Amino acid sequence: MDGVFVGGCRLNECNYITHGNYDALNTVLLCKRIMEHIGLTPERLKVQFMSSAEGILFADVMNEFGNKVKGLGPLGKGEGIDPGELRSRLAEIRRLVPYIKRVNQEKLASRLGNPEAYDGLFTKDEIDRFFREVISYYIVPEKCQACLICARRCPVDAIISAKSMVHVIEQEKCTRCGTCIEVCPARFGAVTTISGAPVPPPLAEDKRTIVRKSKENVAS
Amino acid sequence: MEGEAGDFIVSLLRKPRYVLEDKCTGCTTCVEYCPVKYPDQFNQAISQNKAIHIYFHQAIPLVTYIDETCLYLKEKKCNICETVCKNKAIDFTQKAERVQVNVGAIILASGIEPFDPKTRDEYRYGKFANVVTSIDYERLMCATGPYEGEILRASDRKHPHKIAWLQCVGSREVIPGGNSYCSSVCCTYTQKQVILTKDHNPEAECTIFHNDIRSYGKDFERFYQRAERLAGIRFIRSYVTIAKEDPKTKNVTIRYATPADGVKEEEFDMVVLSVGLNPPADAKGLGNKFGIELTSHGFCKTNPVNPMETTRPGIFVSGAFQGPTDIPESVYTASGAGSQCGQLLDYRRGKLTQERIYPPERDVSQAEPRVGVFVCHCGTNIGRVVNVPSAVEYSKSLPNVIYAQEQLFSCAANCAKEITDLAKEKGLNRVVVAACSPRTLEPLFRDTLREAGINQYYYDMANIREHCSWVHAKEKELATEKAKDIIRMSVARASHLEALEEFDLPVNKAALVVGGGIAGMTCALSIANQGHEVYLVEKDSDFGGTARRIHTTLEGLDVQAYLRDLIRKVYQHRLIHVYAGATITEATGYVGNFVTKVRSERGVTEIKHGATVIAVGTDVYQPTEYLHGEDDRVVTQLELEERISQGDEKVVDATSIVMIQCVGCRNEDRNYCSRICCSESIKNALKLKEKNPKMDICVLFRDMRTYGFSEDYYRQAADKDVRFIRYEPQDKPQVEPGESEEGKPVLKVTATDYILGNKLEIDADIVALAAAVIPSAGSQQVSQLFKVPLSGDGFFQEAHVKLRPVEFAADGIYLCGTAHYPKHISETIRQAYGAAGRVLTLLSHDTVTASGSVCRVNEKKCFGCGACISACTYGAIEFRETPQGRKVVVNPVLCKGDGLCNAKCPTLAIQLKHFTDEEIVAQIDAAFPDEKVG
Repeated sequence: MDGVFVGGCRLNECNYITHGNYDALNTVLLCKRIMEHIGLTPERLKVQFMSSAEGILFADVMNEFGNKVKGLGPLGKGEGIDPGELRSRLAEIRRLVPYIKRVNQEKLASRLGNPEAYDGLFTKDEIDRFFREVISYYIVPEKCQACLICARRCPVDAIISAKSMVHVIEQEKCTRCGTCIEVCPARFGAVTTISGAPVPPPLAEDKRTIVRKSKENVAS
Repeated sequence: MEGEAGDFIVSLLRKPRYVLEDKCTGCTTCVEYCPVKYPDQFNQAISQNKAIHIYFHQAIPLVTYIDETCLYLKEKKCNICETVCKNKAIDFTQKAERVQVNVGAIILASGIEPFDPKTRDEYRYGKFANVVTSIDYERLMCATGPYEGEILRASDRKHPHKIAWLQCVGSREVIPGGNSYCSSVCCTYTQKQVILTKDHNPEAECTIFHNDIRSYGKDFERFYQRAERLAGIRFIRSYVTIAKEDPKTKNVTIRYATPADGVKEEEFDMVVLSVGLNPPADAKGLGNKFGIELTSHGFCKTNPVNPMETTRPGIFVSGAFQGPTDIPESVYTASGAGSQCGQLLDYRRGKLTQERIYPPERDVSQAEPRVGVFVCHCGTNIGRVVNVPSAVEYSKSLPNVIYAQEQLFSCAANCAKEITDLAKEKGLNRVVVAACSPRTLEPLFRDTLREAGINQYYYDMANIREHCSWVHAKEKELATEKAKDIIRMSVARASHLEALEEFDLPVNKAALVVGGGIAGMTCALSIANQGHEVYLVEKDSDFGGTARRIHTTLEGLDVQAYLRDLIRKVYQHRLIHVYAGATITEATGYVGNFVTKVRSERGVTEIKHGATVIAVGTDVYQPTEYLHGEDDRVVTQLELEERISQGDEKVVDATSIVMIQCVGCRNEDRNYCSRICCSESIKNALKLKEKNPKMDICVLFRDMRTYGFSEDYYRQAADKDVRFIRYEPQDKPQVEPGESEEGKPVLKVTATDYILGNKLEIDADIVALAAAVIPSAGSQQVSQLFKVPLSGDGFFQEAHVKLRPVEFAADGIYLCGTAHYPKHISETIRQAYGAAGRVLTLLSHDTVTASGSVCRVNEKKCFGCGACISACTYGAIEFRETPQGRKVVVNPVLCKGDGLCNAKCPTLAIQLKHFTDEEIVAQIDAAFPDEKVG
């Protein structure tokens, strides 16, 4: 697929009370910036609003868009991105989708009055910074008490855990929803965020066992 | 027609269609072959149609008929249609049929007849090729119109660039052949035509020659502004003459006058006559047939306190036969007339209904998908473009497809039966019909699945007509490929579909009506008269609302006497429970099952009810303009009315009264017209003139909006020397205390007279302000309690302006009266009956069926961010505390399945059943089977 067209009724002409076309618009504007960020031509994605009585306009827009996409060539190839590289960039973005949606929740729900405001909703700088500063969640091994709470609550089962074993967040699976940091008991404070830097490698599996001092004391 | 209310016998003459309705599928092959061309009546005779044709695209039933121009009917020649009809639906032996029906009530909904400008030479209609009526123009703009949506001139088939609209054609004139009343709808439909013209051609120059602009409806003022602000649009307030036609170019010259430039002539490519609304063509005949009286204007005479009631019991009227009305009002008077029939015939409700019984459903959720594909020719609609046999063969090669075949018309009764039979015989558990749009026929095909004992959600429709054959008629091979693509996608989706339950909710048979004004009481009575308990809640200690302060209407109704009678009926009705001086503290529940807590003198009552009606009315703006509140000689029209009725000497013996219109609305704070004030001022002016004919009355206005029959009273006031002077919003009148030449203390009112072009100074004893009607102070709270929306102006927002004008988007909650928008008493009553009609369609059933296609939450994946909650306009999602933390839960009864929440959920925890990611992604993947990136 080398181009996507999203169509809808004209803004403010929603027959219902939902006005979902604003939401579609915001999502498209964000996606265009993300495409730009990973080196894809944002014009491959187009949103346009028209009424059901505007058949001629629809045909014109589709023809124009079809020609445009043809001119741009196949996705990635047209931009000179190696297919393997494109795959990995897309996979990376896909992994970040939950985080992107969560952080931009408010902006994605905004209602832009006029096309002039579209450019300003998400700016290039903002998106570049956003990706530079992506937050990762990390369990500090020294602080983790292996209480299992975060692992049980993780909505995507991204936390490797076992009794008396330091918990580890599988970064590949993590959707960055922040549940773990929220539920980690305050007295442990084991979950931290790391912004814009790689997460330290996890402890080797054989080094994760927690030796509980209190128990040792009792034993001796 | 004979008989009486409850038992009429009506004889109908049914003209032959020469087409068997149950056999014709509306494929229109016959139309193509028919050799007789004659002017298309539906397209205003601008283009040609055939002797056999479908009247128009939305006709019900959507089948053809043969009219008298047919060669066979005239000369027994031709009968080509009979030979080309594959379904043998043509029947020339049909004869006119006399049918007798026995009915309990009759509703007259004959509509209007557009004013015919041919009756008046000065409009040059039919003489100048490029003078058209607004109805002609409406058809010209329409995609199904004479030129398929291209606006072309009759003279040269070129696009007109410069177009003029002339308002009030056939309206607001007391000359022979004209109508004295205002047709109410033309100002706004013209604005719509202007906006659509600019959509067609952004370069078009549009000029509207008008008298007053009457944008009195909900959101009409904004609509007017939208039209006015478009580039190349001129609104010119002037009478005009259609002067001449250029013999070569056929352009039309119009003569008009403006205060700045005097008389001018200007040439236009096309002139549109905004024709008004006449009574139905045979109104007199109708009147005689049904034994009802008509008004002097030829419309149906109705009861002022029940505008759906004719002069004969058991006969009701809805829509524009009551007088010029727009679509929303036609729609709710239809419901209202329905409600009145319900009141009359309640004792027989449900006696003629039959319940349909389906075979038990097979559980195939664990079985492998077995898909059946039926590819429809739609006569030749699909078949002549798409190679149907090839699409069928292709379908057989698709994964999970067990069976595929073609059908001539899948929707025809025999073909639908065939689908049911084959589904049973071949053990199908999914069905795809490749035909037309699901909008029209999906319910029918779902039904065929149910007949076969298959869950109806195992059905998918591949639209290869609107999305393929109709738009790619010239590229047959490519169209066939596309049809195959569409079928492949549909099969992929069908394979992933799951069975869904539609569930029946019990309906509590009582209604709650919030607000005890005329709207609330009328609605409550109509519901209670149909055997349902009604809880009527009013915040004040007395019932009656704003009407308590109104003494007469413009038409002369004694409002107080009417109100007393209404209140008495409400109190005496054994099924109406009244709560005065009450507040609502809590409102929960959903359609059929609401629970509302009301605090009143009786303590807190918990009311269980199936339907809710919001009729909380409005308030009157208390002006701070023009010394109101500082000088007691400045009053609102409502205060003036009270003082007239009290016989206050300062008012009735005044030498001079100035009335100022549009105080507190049609401005930046309130960008709407309060609709009732112009008639209100005329009413008070006439009343004052009656008491004191010598009184000087001057009305300072922006546009006099005495729409409909009120126009007659406006003229009456002018005839009685009430002076009307227009002012512009940027040059408002000024009011200051001062002294007259005789030294009497007066209010000095200054204004500019735009016609004479000079400043005026008027000495007034009283200044009366037409104060805006504003949303009721409690609206906000009621809106939050019942989770129903308010519009930008603060009035309650109905589900659909035209199609669902008395309902909220949330099921089971209804709306009427001025809470919806300011309106006159008769209009309020209409809407109140309309809401009662809608309430009854709910309460007369024991259960309501909720759709199976609603959202569900995968709790494990949900982390409680609440993005879905803010996206849901229907309040269907809530937080719920669980041992696993905060999660959301969907109330399937409130969910409308719009899917907005799905797109917002970061972890895809919330999904819309029947449109899950899995189903949709399968469909998209099937669209691009060979590609794989990322």
